[in-house]
Amino acid sequence: MRRATLGAAAIAAALLLAACGEAQQVTVYKQGKYQGKPDTQAWNNTPPAMELRGSSWNKGDRSSWETAINQRTMGQNEDNRIYKQ
Amino acid sequence: MARMKFLCDAERCIECNGCVTACKNENEVPWGVNRRRVVTINDGVVGAEKSISVACMHCSDAPCMAVCPVDCFYKTEDGVVLHDKDLCIGCGYCFYACPFGAPQFPQAGAFGLRGKMDKCTFCAGGPEADRTEAEFKKYGRNRLAEGKLPACAEMCSTKALLGGDGDVIADIYRERVTRRGKGSEVWGWGTAYGPGKAGAQPPAGGKS
Repeated sequence: MRRATLGAAAIAAALLLAACGEAQQVTVYKQGKYQGKPDTQAWNNTPPAMELRGSSWNKGDRSSWETAINQRTMGQNEDNRIYKQ
Repeated sequence: MARMKFLCDAERCIECNGCVTACKNENEVPWGVNRRRVVTINDGVVGAEKSISVACMHCSDAPCMAVCPVDCFYKTEDGVVLHDKDLCIGCGYCFYACPFGAPQFPQAGAFGLRGKMDKCTFCAGGPEADRTEAEFKKYGRNRLAEGKLPACAEMCSTKALLGGDGDVIADIYRERVTRRGKGSEVWGWGTAYGPGKAGAQPPAGGKS
């Protein structure tokens, strides 16, 4: 009788504690890393021979490319043309 | 440091679809793929109709990059979100993740199979040698490497669609709205979430 009680208690304890070993069910997302081919940056190209709106840039010089592209961007501001002549 | 962005002025867009045409022509985008499209709300309602040109917004924290199972997305140093078509498996996760519906899938094969993803590249090509035939065939024109801006923005007849460094185009837009006699209500908390109760202040730290 006592053995049966002990056995039942052990089974009950095992069942009660079973949930304690449960693995976490919330997925931990990790930021992936780009797996593809490398790309050349725009400023590492030789400026085309044609005439550019705005200024040109020196190959490999990021700041001169940014200056050129920002000058061209300002060409979209036609308020300059209309109100500031 | 430049961060390339698009900005569409809904007060100016006249739904001419010139940007859509310019994009398709410049990049020779195949049938069924629209890298850019014009969305109109309140169509036909006098005084309430607004149109906006939408493409990839080159998000600072792009959800397409986060969900891609093969990690084929990358962001260039000037903030343009691009992807490698050699790696793309055409699963379509990016399409579900994107709030703008930017990723497009060409039909490949006779049974309507989905091809590799195609989207707006901000006219910056992709991971192939710049300004080559290979790059053009896969990703379209690399105008940034030619010192030019995206064709859609440069072609816009009313200059509703602005493209370029976020700071520069924001300055252009700010100047416009000030001239229109509007202020901070054009963009910010009130525009996004409504005016709220009379006299209520936006929460501390919120943008005005």
